[in-house]
Amino acid sequence: MAAFDHLRTTYFEECAELLDAAYTHLAAIAEGRADDDTVNAVFRAFHSIKGGGGAFGFERLVGFAHELETVLDLLRDGRLAMAAPVAALLLRSTDTLSDLVAATRAGQDKPPGFEDELVEALRDLAVHPAAPLRAVEPAVAAAVVSRWRVRFVPHAGLFRSANEPLLIIRQLKRLGDVRVEADLSRLPHLAELDPEEAYLAWTLFVETAQPRGAIEAVFEFVGDDCDLTITAATAAGPADHPAAAPANETPAALAPSPSIRVDVEKVDRLVNLVGELVINQAMLAQLGSQLPPEMCAGLLNGLDTMSQHLREMQEGVMAIRAQPVKSVFSRMPRLVREVSAHLGKDVRLAVSGEGTEIDKTVIEQLADPLTHLLRNALDHGIETPEERLAAGKPRQGTIFLSAEHRGGRIVIEVADDGRGIPRPKVLAKARDRGLVAQDAVLNDEEIDHLIFLPGLSTSEALSDISGRGVGMDVVKRNIQALGGRIAVQSRDGTGSRFQLSLPLTLAILDGMAVAVGAESYIVPLTNIMESLRPRPDNIHPVTGHGDVLAIRGEYVPLVYLHQRFKVPDAVTDPCKGIVVIVESEGANRIGLVVDDLLGQQQVVVKSLEANYGPVEGVGGATVLGDGRVALILDVSRLKTASTFSAPVERRAAPPMELH
Amino acid sequence: MARHVMTVDDSKTMRDMVTYTLRGAGFQVSEAEDGQKALQMLRTTKVDLVITDLNMPKMDGVGLIRALRADPQHRAVPILMLTTEGDPAKKAEGRSAGATGWLVKPFNPDKLVELVHRVCG
Repeated sequence: MAAFDHLRTTYFEECAELLDAAYTHLAAIAEGRADDDTVNAVFRAFHSIKGGGGAFGFERLVGFAHELETVLDLLRDGRLAMAAPVAALLLRSTDTLSDLVAATRAGQDKPPGFEDELVEALRDLAVHPAAPLRAVEPAVAAAVVSRWRVRFVPHAGLFRSANEPLLIIRQLKRLGDVRVEADLSRLPHLAELDPEEAYLAWTLFVETAQPRGAIEAVFEFVGDDCDLTITAATAAGPADHPAAAPANETPAALAPSPSIRVDVEKVDRLVNLVGELVINQAMLAQLGSQLPPEMCAGLLNGLDTMSQHLREMQEGVMAIRAQPVKSVFSRMPRLVREVSAHLGKDVRLAVSGEGTEIDKTVIEQLADPLTHLLRNALDHGIETPEERLAAGKPRQGTIFLSAEHRGGRIVIEVADDGRGIPRPKVLAKARDRGLVAQDAVLNDEEIDHLIFLPGLSTSEALSDISGRGVGMDVVKRNIQALGGRIAVQSRDGTGSRFQLSLPLTLAILDGMAVAVGAESYIVPLTNIMESLRPRPDNIHPVTGHGDVLAIRGEYVPLVYLHQRFKVPDAVTDPCKGIVVIVESEGANRIGLVVDDLLGQQQVVVKSLEANYGPVEGVGGATVLGDGRVALILDVSRLKTASTFSAPVERRAAPPMELH
Repeated sequence: MARHVMTVDDSKTMRDMVTYTLRGAGFQVSEAEDGQKALQMLRTTKVDLVITDLNMPKMDGVGLIRALRADPQHRAVPILMLTTEGDPAKKAEGRSAGATGWLVKPFNPDKLVELVHRVCG
């Protein structure tokens, strides 16, 4: 049943959000930053997972969520103290719950007994609460809960005695559940407002097992300074009666939802359409520019305004696709927990900037590289507690994960306070594998960046080198595929820092249009280092490898785009055209020989793979203002497609090429 | 930061009791033996709450409340007065002078802590 499937999908999406929330709040609890709201939020998360799961008949899921809910309920009442071991157990249980959710979503079942150990531990906790925080009040638990409607209208002079309605309402909350409705009707215009007078009034719905006198007592000091009416609302059942539960949730249900859930496909269709509009607008602008301006000033003005609105619209639509990196960051604490436990290390993960927003596609593809970087930091960066203590460091290692916007890009950092990259070993390995000439002299930074070379990243290296370098070439390739860059800084004995810089969106690209014969190509601006017109004595042919350009003591292999793409009537002599020097994979540089630079522009990326098929050296296509299609170059693949890339030959090349 | 409470009372027993109770509940407490001393100390110290007895030598509680409410620096500070069952007139006087709340002597420590929370969070 389609409708039912849709509901299921919604439920699982909600589960993911609820689990995220639970993790966040449990982390706060584990760090001792918890208050009643935090515990309540975790309770609600488990409660909602359980409730929704029940509707679909996911019995196993519901059963386990119920155990968690029970413990949270005890914490909420103060019948169970929030101690570190409790938080740890809850975190582990949440891991298991998210496993169960994932299995259920995939229509699979976890092996029997998968969650039994935790269920037992949770039940144990419920039966023998370690140390009660507040005294248990059995009389209260059994008492009848009454609902009261309290109308609290302060007189204007309430503040004169330094009484504070907020504190009074907070005090009221100690009696039970309180729903607050503020009455702003007495609020005057700003110009007439006296900041020392009370204008607000409240209607409070109190649900408590305490007698009416307890509510009156809260208002004791303001009795003469306000109009207070307390009336009984409909009575609820006993405190532990299920009927009381939905009532607890009324506030949440009543609050207007700040967001709506939209199918990604719908958003993508919109993104696409806006992309088409941008292209259309560019065409119109080009046509317009060919008209005599004195005849159609109005039209040109209109086109101009349209272009501005379109740009805003494009940004707006992109913003819909943007999501906080939190959705991928929130998976990392679990990874750190599990891997560090496995390795016998004590590691803390410090996360910041998880609210930073970036395109959904980028986020999805960020999970793998990030996981890789964190694993590396855990495995090779952070030392064992003994080693750390011996080195005079705190026993607990720290991994910092952060995100921030910087100059139209997002920068993600993974840093650790571990041992840093062991340069002698990395260099020895690289020499051993022929990635670096035996006599080459590399500086520290160059050695650090060797870890991104494919040859150094085999699984062998994992056991041979006790440093980093495992799969780093893959990480680098993933990041580059997203239009990003990766860099590393390391300090011996004090740690390393990996910095990823990513574009905010994959749908739009800042590019340089270049002409080759009658064709135009787009070179991504992030790849371009510089462009120049060489002199004939800068060009050297190297037997079997084509031409290289000598520039400031470096040799840059040239790629003739007209050859590569078989374009007729193009400039064949680099000294008559332009060489665009781009940085490709492994920080290697190549020089693209083109006829001319046409100018920098933002282009809407269309997938060539989806509309035609994969083409080596081409990352996508776009439509230019004049309606012609231009291919967007994938610089990292151009290199491998050239004749100058076999690693064996690289050994013979000058050392400056090797970093 | 711990909240700062000033207890003003001519009886050392009473001051000690308030101090002991509130320190135990995590407050910072200063003591003054009469209204004049309290005002003097308040010139250089900022507090989050004043708990004052009403009958004191030199400047009594009501005088202290009036003085504080007239001082722009202290007119928003919550003030709890300690009253006795037998003197409702004095309590009314304190209230109209601007006291935030009151506590009837003798009181139990829990009640004191609860009221302190009620008026200063």
